[in-house]
Amino acid sequence: MPRRISNSQKTMTTVAAWTIGVLIFFPILWIFILSFKAEGDAIGTPLHVISSAWTFDAYGEVQGRSDYFKHFWNSVVLSLGSTLIGLAIAIPAAWSMAFVPGKRTKDLLMWMLSTKMMPAAGVLVPIYLIFRDLGLLDTRIGLVAILTLVNLPIIVWMLYTYFKEIPGEILEAARMDGASLRSEILYVLTPMAIPGIASTMLLNIILAWNEAFWTLRLTAASAAPLTAFIASYSSPEGLFYAKLSAASVMAIAPILIMGWFSQKQLVRGLTFGAVK
Amino acid sequence: MTISVRALMGACALSALASVAAAETTITVATVNNGDMIRMQTLMDDFYAKNPDIKVEWVTLEENELRQRVTTDIATKGGQFDVLTIGTYEVPIWGKQGWLVGLNDLPAEYDVDDLLPAIRGGLTVDGTLYASPFYGESSMVMYRKDLMEAAGLTMPDAPTWADIKAAAAAMTNKDAEIYGICLRGKAGWGENMAFLTAMSNSFGAKWFDENWQPQFDQQPWKDTVSFYLDLMNNYGPPGAANNGFNENLSLFQQGKCGMWIDATVAASFVTGADSTVADKVGFALAPDNGLGKRGNWLWAWSLGIPAGSQKVDAAKAFVNWATNKEYLALVASKEGWANVPPGTRTSLYSNEEYAKVPFAKMTIDSINAADPNAPTVDKVPYVGVQFVAIPEFQGIGTAVGQQLSAVLAGQTSLEEGLAAAQQLTVREMTRAGYIK
Amino acid sequence: MVSPAVAVLLIWMIVPLAMTIWFSFQQYNLLYPDRTGFAGIENYYYFITDFRFQPAIWNTLRLVLGVLAITTIGGILLALLLDQPFWGQGIVRLLVLAPFFVMPTVSALVWQNMFMDPVNGLFAHIAKAFGGDGYDFLGQSPLMSIIIMVAWQWLPFATLILLTALQSLDREQIEAAEMDGASVWSRFIYIILPHMTRAITVVILIQTIFILSVYAEILVTTNGGPGTASLNLPFLVYLASIVDNDVGMGAAGGVIAIILANIVAFFLMRAIGKNLEH
Repeated sequence: MPRRISNSQKTMTTVAAWTIGVLIFFPILWIFILSFKAEGDAIGTPLHVISSAWTFDAYGEVQGRSDYFKHFWNSVVLSLGSTLIGLAIAIPAAWSMAFVPGKRTKDLLMWMLSTKMMPAAGVLVPIYLIFRDLGLLDTRIGLVAILTLVNLPIIVWMLYTYFKEIPGEILEAARMDGASLRSEILYVLTPMAIPGIASTMLLNIILAWNEAFWTLRLTAASAAPLTAFIASYSSPEGLFYAKLSAASVMAIAPILIMGWFSQKQLVRGLTFGAVK
Repeated sequence: MTISVRALMGACALSALASVAAAETTITVATVNNGDMIRMQTLMDDFYAKNPDIKVEWVTLEENELRQRVTTDIATKGGQFDVLTIGTYEVPIWGKQGWLVGLNDLPAEYDVDDLLPAIRGGLTVDGTLYASPFYGESSMVMYRKDLMEAAGLTMPDAPTWADIKAAAAAMTNKDAEIYGICLRGKAGWGENMAFLTAMSNSFGAKWFDENWQPQFDQQPWKDTVSFYLDLMNNYGPPGAANNGFNENLSLFQQGKCGMWIDATVAASFVTGADSTVADKVGFALAPDNGLGKRGNWLWAWSLGIPAGSQKVDAAKAFVNWATNKEYLALVASKEGWANVPPGTRTSLYSNEEYAKVPFAKMTIDSINAADPNAPTVDKVPYVGVQFVAIPEFQGIGTAVGQQLSAVLAGQTSLEEGLAAAQQLTVREMTRAGYIK
Repeated sequence: MVSPAVAVLLIWMIVPLAMTIWFSFQQYNLLYPDRTGFAGIENYYYFITDFRFQPAIWNTLRLVLGVLAITTIGGILLALLLDQPFWGQGIVRLLVLAPFFVMPTVSALVWQNMFMDPVNGLFAHIAKAFGGDGYDFLGQSPLMSIIIMVAWQWLPFATLILLTALQSLDREQIEAAEMDGASVWSRFIYIILPHMTRAITVVILIQTIFILSVYAEILVTTNGGPGTASLNLPFLVYLASIVDNDVGMGAAGGVIAIILANIVAFFLMRAIGKNLEH
């Protein structure tokens, strides 16, 4: 039953919500504006920035200097690859934790999450040595493996909270009908779990896309994604606001657009079972 | 999902094939995102014309990121890079470890004897040249001639610190956002500590005495830092504790600094197209205090080849191309003499065209005024003007830099900052085994 | 008994941990390849007695609590606002969600240069327009500046979870309370807040995990300074293992960070874990 709301109240809410929304979004909007300015203008006062001429120069210069599409493609492969492999490992594990929980399942989950808090810098050299010996340095396969590892705890936990919401009676009914474990997963569980899996997938694509430690330190020329692309604009000599803005827009636009289009699915899973 | 994984692996395989077919030898060059290196990347057609069978892949990163990335790789023999951009700090240490390929056998056209002796000396270990200088720099005073004139002052070619202070006081006009002096304050061994260490030399300070005892508890360091604080607090820009080379460069280019004491390579930027004060900049030697040493440093970004590289010949061809006399002529023909990578070759400074560049003479005089083997007034056990060429220095220099940056930001007092610097340096040097 | 799937998962995760523990007892500095061997607890000793260790621990906690405070309280207020009917709900949702997708490095670079710079930043320009002076955010309030950057990225996350929770609330319950004459405040305290408890718990838990290991924002902006003012534990580990090239000490720092994370996790679960049960 919809509440009756006066128009004036609705107008006030609209003004308030839009103001806050625009404020939160403003930093992104601002770099978008700066990216279409000349370097000399980009550093001026806000009024000057707005009123000065618009130009594509910064984008031209960035594209001339770095191979954007190579980095972009690497980002796509790494975030998709690590998410898919992560799901492949995590779905069976989360499934068994949710439906056949042991005494220590909760502790195990908590411990796994806590390993996520280990500073990556502490293991860089050991991992680097292993990668060197296996020939995985600067390869996408190696990075996919490491990004999978980094995000696995979150994947498992998210799936676990999701699977736990699925009523066990349905499985028992299926089992009594003589369904095998495999068909149980395939025909009963999966359809119910798809929304959860979808949002887990989206969240992990975002996390992998934005991962900036391993993707910088285990790559050189061939497997470096967009995080490395940004690192070459981070503190150059001379004026750089416009070029940095252009590079930033290029690095975040793909994931931002993907996120916007899939935000309904994403948000549903982000609740980690907090909403019934 | 299987399909996607297969598609993924297919994509990997395809790209692997493509890179095999593309060229005979592909070398990976790691470099910093400084202007001269970016310019080099736009001139690669010339290299490919001369070396059609070599392809170059670039890894361009911010300076600190690059240094760490390259150090991890070379120390673990990861073999990711064939040419590295490294500085005069790394070369002596890595050369001694046997991590770099000797460059004594570069072709005759490279003309090794043409390299500036001070720069060459810093890149040579036991008679072997381990890296080829791409550009060299010292530091000097860059100042606004128009502001000096308005203040009724003239800048001597070889000023003292007292001259600098007087000039800073006269030029400062905070209402017009003009700050008399801009200096580095951002913490880091290559940021504020490069400046402060070089400055301290002219005050007779030193990092270590001959028994490797840290000297931050001595008067000369106190004098150095209090003079620096006096300058920055009274005449410096706001937020100086976060200003490094780049931040100061943009301030100067926007006309907000009266003086800036920093790398000589900055001269081509402050007189270049991005600068609003390009025609008003004068140059002077770094200041002194009459103790016989000036507060200027010596540094060369250089190209080295890691010992593990499988493509040493191609890498040497590249190093030769990027650092020989022809490259300087190439840049001059495309971008003008002012944009030639400075500070590496004697012949450049005897070139009449180059002599017309306003900062040419002051650059070479500054470079010649620095001596890495006798950096300060007293005798010291280390090499390096604005650094100490030992492996521990990166960590110690960064930690000390943080302390002094906190002093500049007003978060700790001068005495506390120096005491903390002394304490942490003693601790690290003891752990590393220098102090018995 | 754990299932094979869980076993695979465990192995996958234990290997790096085991390596870290192994290296934490080794003497291994990248720049001294010939000085190796068993180091005993020396690495731990030097890591813990470093004068930066204590400030790092406190800053880590301050960072987490600061960001949690801003994002949870801000998130609740924002969720309450966005739950009201207004024109353009869909678009405002997108605007609010956007910062969550931005790379931490990009976010830090943009905040540092385009906004917080005391001379050329937007805040400084605004201050000057009103006759003030640019405030030196990163020099004078370094930790607060980093808290702002991180909170900006996590506010969307908190808001959306809380908003989803709010939307699942039974409207009739609210209306009934309204008719009984319950004030806005008591409706919030007795109906809305209890309904959101689980969502708040999830927000706190997930954010704690990510914010305990924040490092990119610090690396890009303050490098932990001035002094130790914005140094946290992950960044101290970074300094040890990457700036000092001391692999052994870096590993020891990593182990200490995990132990502390487990302590935090333990207390967190004690304090709010019950909310996660059904």
